[in-house]
Amino acid sequence: MSRFNKGGGREMPEMNTSSLPDLIFTILFFFMMVTTMREVTLKVKFEKPVGTQLEKLARKSCTSFIYIGQPTDALRGQFGTAHRIQLNDKYAEAPEIYDYVMSDRGELPEADKPFYTVSLKVDQRTPMGIITDVKQVLRKAYALKIVYSANKKQD
Amino acid sequence: MGKKRKMPGLNTSSTADISFMLLIFFLVTTSMDTDQGLARTLPKPPEEDQLNNEIKVKERNILNVRINKDNYLLIGDDYCTVEDVKERAKEFIKNADNKPNLPELRAKKIKGLGGKTMMVTENHVISVQTDRGTDYGVYFAVQDALVAAYNELRDELAKQEFGFKYEYLTKEQQDAIREVYPQKISEAEPKKYGGQ
Repeated sequence: MSRFNKGGGREMPEMNTSSLPDLIFTILFFFMMVTTMREVTLKVKFEKPVGTQLEKLARKSCTSFIYIGQPTDALRGQFGTAHRIQLNDKYAEAPEIYDYVMSDRGELPEADKPFYTVSLKVDQRTPMGIITDVKQVLRKAYALKIVYSANKKQD
Repeated sequence: MGKKRKMPGLNTSSTADISFMLLIFFLVTTSMDTDQGLARTLPKPPEEDQLNNEIKVKERNILNVRINKDNYLLIGDDYCTVEDVKERAKEFIKNADNKPNLPELRAKKIKGLGGKTMMVTENHVISVQTDRGTDYGVYFAVQDALVAAYNELRDELAKQEFGFKYEYLTKEQQDAIREVYPQKISEAEPKKYGGQ
C-alpha cells in the first residue's frame, strides 16, 4: 500500500497562469471589433416603435443619426416637454440638418457616399409635423436613404 | 567574475488584472445594439418646373391611406384600424379578381420567370398622408403593415414559382418577383388638412 502514497502530504502543483492575460486580451480585442463606441450622450428620450419587417443596418460607418424626442428628465426644466431634434451633442432645428448631413457625408470616402444613410431614431409619440420637416430637409440635401429605427416585435 | 547570474523573470501575474480592467472598460463604454429599422428611400426634391404639373394617376390606381391628428385611419373612403391595413393593401396590390375599382392589370412578360406573362398592377401607388399632429408611432405601424403586405405577396409568388421564400432566392429570381410586385409607397408632399 505504502508504495502509492510515498512522501506523505504532497503539495498541489500550482497552475500555470502565464497564458491568462493572452486569453483575456483576445476577448478584449473581440469586443473592440464587434462593438462601437457610444456616439453621443442622449439629450432626448425616445421609445422606438415596434415593427415586424425590419432590416439590419448594413454599414454603420456610413450612417448618421438623428434623434427626436422629448428632453430627458434632467433637462426638462430648462427646455420643456416639446419634442426636440438632437444632432451630435446638442439640440437643433430642422434646417440645421442640412449642414449636418453635408458635413457628415463629406467626411466619407468617395466610394462610400452612395451608401450614406440617415437613421431616424424617433419617439413614438412625436407629431409627424417635425418628421415631415426633417424629411423635406433631407430631400433637399439629397440624403434620400433613410431608416426608421425600430425594435423588433416580440411575440 | 565567475558565473553569469540568471535574469529574474518579470512577475506577470497582474497582467491578467490589467487586461480585465480594459475589458470591463470597453464593455461599459460600447454598445452592441445592432440597429434595426425600416429602410425607405425618399423621392428626389421637386424640380422648379415640375412643381405645378403633378403627375396624373388614374383614381383606381391610387390607394389613399390618410391618418388624421387623432390617429384615425382612413383607407380609400372607409374608416379602419391599423390591423386592416395589411389585408386592404394586399387586396389592392394584387387585384386578383380584376375588379374595376382596384388598379388596372396589365399583361407583362417577366424574363426571370421564363418569359411567362403575368397580370401586373404596375401602375398602382399607395399614398400615405398624415397630418402634422399625427403620432409617429401610428405612421410607422402603417408603413410596417404596407411593407408586410408586399413581403407576403412576394413570398406567396416566390413559393409558387420557385418553391422557396423570397429571401432565399437568388438575386435574379428576386428581381423577377420584384417586377411582378414593385414596391410603390409614395411619400406624399406634405399637406395640411383636418386642422391642427
